[in-house]
Amino acid sequence: MDLAAVIIVEILYAIASLVVISSGLAVIFGMMKVINFAHGEFMMLGGYTTIVAVKSGINIYISMLIIAPLVVGIIGVIIERLIIRHLYGRLVDTMLATWGISMVLIGIATMIFGNTTEGITTPIQGWTIGDYQINGYNFFIIIVAITIVSLGYYLLKFTKLGLIARGAMQNPDVSAALGYNPDRIYMATFFVGAALSGLAGGILAPLVGLVPSWGTAYIAKSFIAVVVGGPAIIAGLLSSATLFGSVNQIFSFLFNPVFGEVALLLTAVILLRILPKGITNSIFKGKL
Amino acid sequence: MQINRRKLLSGAAAIAASSFVARPIFAAENSIKLGSVLDTSGVFDAYGKPMDKAARMAIEQINAAGGLLDKQIEYILYDTQSNISNYTLFGKKLARTDKVDVVHGGILSASREAVRQTFRKSNIPYFYNVLYEGGVCDRNIFINGITPSQQVKTLIPAAVKKWGKKIYILAADYNYGQITANWIKKYANEVGAEIVKTDFFPLDVADFGSTIAKIQTAKPDMIVSVLVGGAHISFYRQWAASGMNAKIPMASTTLGAGNEQNILAKEETEGVLVAYNYSQELKNPLNKKLLANYKAKYGSIDDLHSTAVSHYEGILTWAEAVKQAGSVKSADITKVMEAGLSIDSPSGKMTVDAKTHHSILDVHLCEFRDKKMEIIESFAQQQPLDTQAVCDLNANPDDNQQYEIKI
Repeated sequence: MDLAAVIIVEILYAIASLVVISSGLAVIFGMMKVINFAHGEFMMLGGYTTIVAVKSGINIYISMLIIAPLVVGIIGVIIERLIIRHLYGRLVDTMLATWGISMVLIGIATMIFGNTTEGITTPIQGWTIGDYQINGYNFFIIIVAITIVSLGYYLLKFTKLGLIARGAMQNPDVSAALGYNPDRIYMATFFVGAALSGLAGGILAPLVGLVPSWGTAYIAKSFIAVVVGGPAIIAGLLSSATLFGSVNQIFSFLFNPVFGEVALLLTAVILLRILPKGITNSIFKGKL
Repeated sequence: MQINRRKLLSGAAAIAASSFVARPIFAAENSIKLGSVLDTSGVFDAYGKPMDKAARMAIEQINAAGGLLDKQIEYILYDTQSNISNYTLFGKKLARTDKVDVVHGGILSASREAVRQTFRKSNIPYFYNVLYEGGVCDRNIFINGITPSQQVKTLIPAAVKKWGKKIYILAADYNYGQITANWIKKYANEVGAEIVKTDFFPLDVADFGSTIAKIQTAKPDMIVSVLVGGAHISFYRQWAASGMNAKIPMASTTLGAGNEQNILAKEETEGVLVAYNYSQELKNPLNKKLLANYKAKYGSIDDLHSTAVSHYEGILTWAEAVKQAGSVKSADITKVMEAGLSIDSPSGKMTVDAKTHHSILDVHLCEFRDKKMEIIESFAQQQPLDTQAVCDLNANPDDNQQYEIKI
């Protein structure tokens, strides 16, 4: 019974961490149609920002939840102004450009921090569930994921800001004709996407050993989650994260983490064969 | 392992740039060339960087004392960037372009196997100075690293005596991890302990949540970590974060070999039992001198780990062999080494075992206390029994393979 509880928590954690690592990409790729190959590097920057902030004596929660997203968001805006904004609507070109950006960012991080492993410890004690001990930090990540999803849903669905953003993404000319500046809206949306990636890097930093090329480990997973999710950003992200998180953890428990990854990739291949345009193109059609 | 275009491209760029890496200390014509291949960047640089620093110190000391055979030693290092294919490339370069007299280097077992045959064919003596899984039988190689029969044989019975008889093994998924796990099983069985489960992890796995839950289901008396490299450090962190470090004790064959304790927090390593050939806490005068010299040269001894010290001692052993042989030629050195060359080193007496070209050395059982490896007990002059059981270079001088030791 306790084991079942532990497994459920681990599955929820896997789903939550997929939501967390993919949400930034869902905004930048899902909404803005920019194939952001530098997504992993935005996360990596978030991780380093957190480590630097914590080591200079700032509270870890402020570092992860505020400083990391802000710093990465600002870096994102700079990159958007300099490079990305010239490439909107040119899918393949964005891929090439962001690929280059990712290499530059890895290079810069290597120059600053060196190609060595850095890390900080987790701020939360282990929890006891019956006979079992579980990483207390898992609950924190689950809460962050829930917050991201519900805030995102609220913003996009119920606020004028969300409506304007969605409208501008759908048809920039019409929103311009209505008096909104699409250029500004794109910039702001990119900021949000980059900040979410930074947040993901920040909250994962205490769980791992951070190296400059760390982000590359997450890029495939987050693209799979967003692509399989399909056109609806939030429903798509939630459904694909739930599916992949569960598959990954169940196979990890039954066999080992390697089988977990293999099962995740196999599921993705099969799903894309059956539903080439993503889950939400056929199942939760028309949802947000 | 995900190989995407980025990794491929950065690898290609690195190879193109690497021709600038060779940094000879002395460019004198009449010098002895000591070649090296080490990962001084990338995920294994925690092992490689201090090894390089220790090697530079050893060479400087030898050169300051007049060199060898009245010649200065020239150090040629290639950074293999934690990428095995670079070993093949730079190994060939050392042998064919630089035509070095000796090679000291290699970290992972896979890297050693990538270069071993190259040096054998070119008749360049190859010193592999790192702890490993044992079984290499090749007259061209000399190994002073500690092997499982020396390390595991000390560690496991002590751990079983201390904590109990149910062991759960977590190991890196390549030859070192696989073979070491087998040795743990053997020595556990000898003292009547059982292995409840063994899990293997590829070197890039960094999420151990499901594993930690599985360990608790198995309820072992202890876990033994044979984890390797930067990504696997996450395990110690996640283990402590779940509070398990207070409930199930841990022994390790690798924790501390790359001074992992320095990037981990105190509570993440506290109480972990390990066994090595070296600890900074050794009180002999040679070690005190080593620590003082290293501190004077590099400012801090934090990164000086057992692997770096055994690399340092490998170079000293070779230098002693050159002195006694009066030559750097492979045949002459081998003859001296096989006569049972012995040196006094910071880690204790080290003697070459003629039969296997491995080393007879002291093993120290240690426990992590406040990030330091406190010595609990020392075992003098342990034989490399594992390799001795399968390898006899006196009888078969042409042997050239790594035996998988049957357990």
